[in-house]
Amino acid sequence: MSADLTRISAAALADKLQAGEVSSVEATRAHLDRIAAVEPAVHAFLHVSDEDALATAADVDARRAHGEQLHPLAGVPIAVKDVVVTKGVPTTAGSKILEGWVPPYDATLVERIKAAGLPILGKTNMDEFAMGSSTEHSAYGNTHNPWDLDRIPGGSGGGSAAAVGAYEAPLAIGTDTGGSIRQPAAVTGTVGVKPTYGSVSRYGLIALASSLDQAGPVTRTVLDSALLHELIGGHDPRDSTSIAEPLPDLVGAARLGALGDLSGVRVGVITELQGEGYQAGVLARFHESLELLQRAGAEVVEVSCPHFTYALAAYYLILPAEASSNLAKFDGMRFGLRVEPSEGPVTAERVMAATRGQGFGDEVKRRIILGTYALSAGYYDAYYGSAQKVRTLIQRDFAAAFAQADVLVSPTAPTTAFKLGEKLDDPLAMYLNDVATIPANLAGVPGLSLPAGLSDDGLPVGFQVLAPAKADDRLYRVGAALEALLENEWGGPLLAKAPELEVAR
Amino acid sequence: MSHAVVDLVDYDDAIARFDPVIGIEVHVELGTRTKMFDAAPAGFGEEPNTSVTPVSLGLPGSLPVVNGTAVEYAIRIGLALNCSIAQTCRFARKNYFYPDVPKNFQTSQYDEPIAYDGHVDVELEDGTVFRVEVERAHMEEDAGKNTHVGGSTGRIHGAEYSLVDYNRAGIPLVEIVTRPITGAGERAPEVARAYVQTLRDLFRALEVSEARMERGNVRADVNVSLRPTPQSPLGTRTETKNVNSFRSVERAVRHEISRQAAVLDAGGAVVQETRHWHEDTGTTTSGRVKSDAEDYRYFPEPDLVPIAPDRAWVEEIRAALPELPAARRRRLQGEWGFADAEMRDVVNAGAIELIEATVAAGAAPAAARKWWMGELARTAKEREVELAELPITPTQIGALQALVDAGRINDKLARQVLEGVLAGEGDPEQVVVARGLEVVSDDGPLLEAIDAALAAQPDIAEKIRSGNLGPVGAIIGAVMKATRGQADAGRVRELVLERVSS
Amino acid sequence: MSTLSRDEVARVAGLARIDLTPAELDRLAGELDVIVESVARVSEIATPDVPATSHPLPLTNVFRADVPEPPVDRDAVLAAAPAAQDGKFLVPQILGEDA
Repeated sequence: MSADLTRISAAALADKLQAGEVSSVEATRAHLDRIAAVEPAVHAFLHVSDEDALATAADVDARRAHGEQLHPLAGVPIAVKDVVVTKGVPTTAGSKILEGWVPPYDATLVERIKAAGLPILGKTNMDEFAMGSSTEHSAYGNTHNPWDLDRIPGGSGGGSAAAVGAYEAPLAIGTDTGGSIRQPAAVTGTVGVKPTYGSVSRYGLIALASSLDQAGPVTRTVLDSALLHELIGGHDPRDSTSIAEPLPDLVGAARLGALGDLSGVRVGVITELQGEGYQAGVLARFHESLELLQRAGAEVVEVSCPHFTYALAAYYLILPAEASSNLAKFDGMRFGLRVEPSEGPVTAERVMAATRGQGFGDEVKRRIILGTYALSAGYYDAYYGSAQKVRTLIQRDFAAAFAQADVLVSPTAPTTAFKLGEKLDDPLAMYLNDVATIPANLAGVPGLSLPAGLSDDGLPVGFQVLAPAKADDRLYRVGAALEALLENEWGGPLLAKAPELEVAR
Repeated sequence: MSHAVVDLVDYDDAIARFDPVIGIEVHVELGTRTKMFDAAPAGFGEEPNTSVTPVSLGLPGSLPVVNGTAVEYAIRIGLALNCSIAQTCRFARKNYFYPDVPKNFQTSQYDEPIAYDGHVDVELEDGTVFRVEVERAHMEEDAGKNTHVGGSTGRIHGAEYSLVDYNRAGIPLVEIVTRPITGAGERAPEVARAYVQTLRDLFRALEVSEARMERGNVRADVNVSLRPTPQSPLGTRTETKNVNSFRSVERAVRHEISRQAAVLDAGGAVVQETRHWHEDTGTTTSGRVKSDAEDYRYFPEPDLVPIAPDRAWVEEIRAALPELPAARRRRLQGEWGFADAEMRDVVNAGAIELIEATVAAGAAPAAARKWWMGELARTAKEREVELAELPITPTQIGALQALVDAGRINDKLARQVLEGVLAGEGDPEQVVVARGLEVVSDDGPLLEAIDAALAAQPDIAEKIRSGNLGPVGAIIGAVMKATRGQADAGRVRELVLERVSS
Repeated sequence: MSTLSRDEVARVAGLARIDLTPAELDRLAGELDVIVESVARVSEIATPDVPATSHPLPLTNVFRADVPEPPVDRDAVLAAAPAAQDGKFLVPQILGEDA
């Protein structure tokens, strides 16, 4: 019974809760038990909020018993990436510099989750300040891929993806600045969506790169992502870049897609996001999925986005530049860690430098220094200024491509999950993991990753769908259709093929 | 900080040999209810760190949202300064680490100000009008306040430390930057003062700020450079920061001219630097040296979107601009019937609002002017304070004048009543009662005094009786003396004449 | 395109207020040099006729009404601060400050 509750989708669990077949306390306890059992192996969580989660669950059960009209997802537990501030619950963004920091306020998306009555199970592990593609840059230890514990769960949101993939939570929140939702989804065989920039409020997300960051759902099914996206999305006056329009009908699009008919839908395959650097098994699964789409009535066309080859370079200028400024506030003066210099006078200036020297990890230092350099006098035009122009060119590429196709598709990541430690000493190799996901962030368009099968190495492959800005519904229609077609082929969800984790007792 | 004695050249000598060029940056704190980028109340004098939200503290995850009213105020200022209003403009981040800057960057308009290319006409004390060109007016946010705690009581290794209050952090500021002000010559200090004063009056008229200098609502940074002749290229300038009263603006410019002249005379070079103003000594000392190492890494603020003021909105704001100070002065002068010189004195004394309020309280303009520019101006000068700082209100002056007009007190008594009000004895009516200063209007005591005076000076009484009214003043004077001035001289005269003819 | 020397990394780390050990400086200088060389190719296609994009979506005029909200709980904020005194944040001596 308890195992069933952790294996079913959020939508199915929500149905059981509404039907009164199970209580939220039961469902929440089942997930907390699962967390206790697999965390020693997976380490997806940095903080587990047992008591708060059960209290919320009990409250929802009581309100439901009183016949109160509740949100469809009320009582369904959720995990939240540790980059999202949660009132009264430690929030570290995976960094030592924020160790023990307890925020005095909630992010907007957390307010919405709380208002809807979803028990928050805890905070998930991540690369420090979301800088990384493997979660190995967390100051609090590695998260392990549930498919192979020696492998990375992707990053930066490896904790959220692993938690969902290991049945520790049916839903999780991720954030995606260059692929941090989609790439972990790809390598853990789960679903992740980066909404249109401005679709989900950034208020309360510890900013990495303000013009690229976007929070979104991490789930096991496309429908669950649509349900969660609708819950956390929509206009927020606290975020100046929030879109002041209602969301499209995402859940409706997912249900429509699940019927499996894509007649009249034009699917554009991006020439530049395949070929060299992509694992053979990844490309094989990608092309099989394309065939399924075609069989479902979609028209597949090849589109070229010539400037995408510059996206990675532009991204690694814009992100560090914005991050260098966003992370300036971590200085040991108002919150978090304070470190005094080991010698010499104790001045504010020297304490700031000592705190940042000890509080930040290698990757964070690398990017802050890169970004500071790119913005500094004499270099701005060549680096940051040029990168902003590349951004324009990439937007134009998207505009041209979307004139030919309703959605664009590519493999989500060039490879399956690599071994822990394999790329840690080679920043450029690590950066290449996001080559297919970054263009969407630069242009602000939405993207979804869903499992497309297993590569030759037996590890999950991700299939990416991209749509024009504010047309997130197209992701869900096409994603749900492909999901249904694939599961029909496999005879069930891909995750069912994952090895059972050794469960601690 | 060294306070070494610096050589100064006599001001007139300095001006004789050098042409001063000044530039002024004025920061005004807008009087909005909330801060520039967050909804924390923008209060004054609150308990430390109580007017703050996660945004004002720069807490992780917080985001800015522009206060629309602050934008409207900035446009109002821009229009009143005859500026063009930008079609589109953005905020940028000015990155530098400092504990009173919570995000370690200041959000400020860098190369895209909301208003630019304006001018303001400044009237000097003698009525000369001097035009100051305005380069730009842009929006930004204020920083918090550090309190330095010195000495051995410090907790950090027994060292000194600071306490930071972020209530002020994020208060909206508009910074107004002039183009180099040339051609003022020896009057440069006066122009500087008059410019800042004109802006202060403007902010108040526009109702965008209380513009109280003593609270730091208006702060000026003064740039000064010298060149051998008006034809020479601009010299190296210094920037004296935070000069926060009109008088100090004038003194700081004057001091910098004398100091820089001394440096140049000695064959030295003026260092481009910021300098600190010392109110007590009237001098400046060296602060930070400006160098290329100052690298603010400006870039467009990605958390905010561009501002593109709708033209119809701008025109709406323009149409709703209140009467500006110069126009108001002209109107009031007409209404009050003051001569040009009289009006100039009133303006220079900062008495316009006081007289206007006194007239509103019922006094005739001439009477109001007489009080504020006479007795009260003298008192203010003695006490070395501004007129408005005297402990007396226009309403009280109105009431005082009403007592005079009603004949209940005469001018001499009125001055005593004024003295009482200034001494904190209450409103004029209370002072009259408490001090027993009312004019004696009962004829009985007056007649007694008249009889006594006539009896004391029989020869004068005789002259009056014989029709020679010349010496009647002597009797009136004696009566006034006997009644300690509390008699109405006109009434006494009438009674004396009645007495001698009866 | 200039490459990033060890001295330059030290200068930039100073601007970014990050203390680096000599070993970190050595390593970062090497890594950043490679990264900078790689990202510098953006200038190949950033011709003068291409406008810069700083926001993914072209929004303008997002304003907030001038209506105060309740402030944050000071005690909670100061409790999370490294040091506080008298309702204020206690920070080490600030150099260059007017005493």
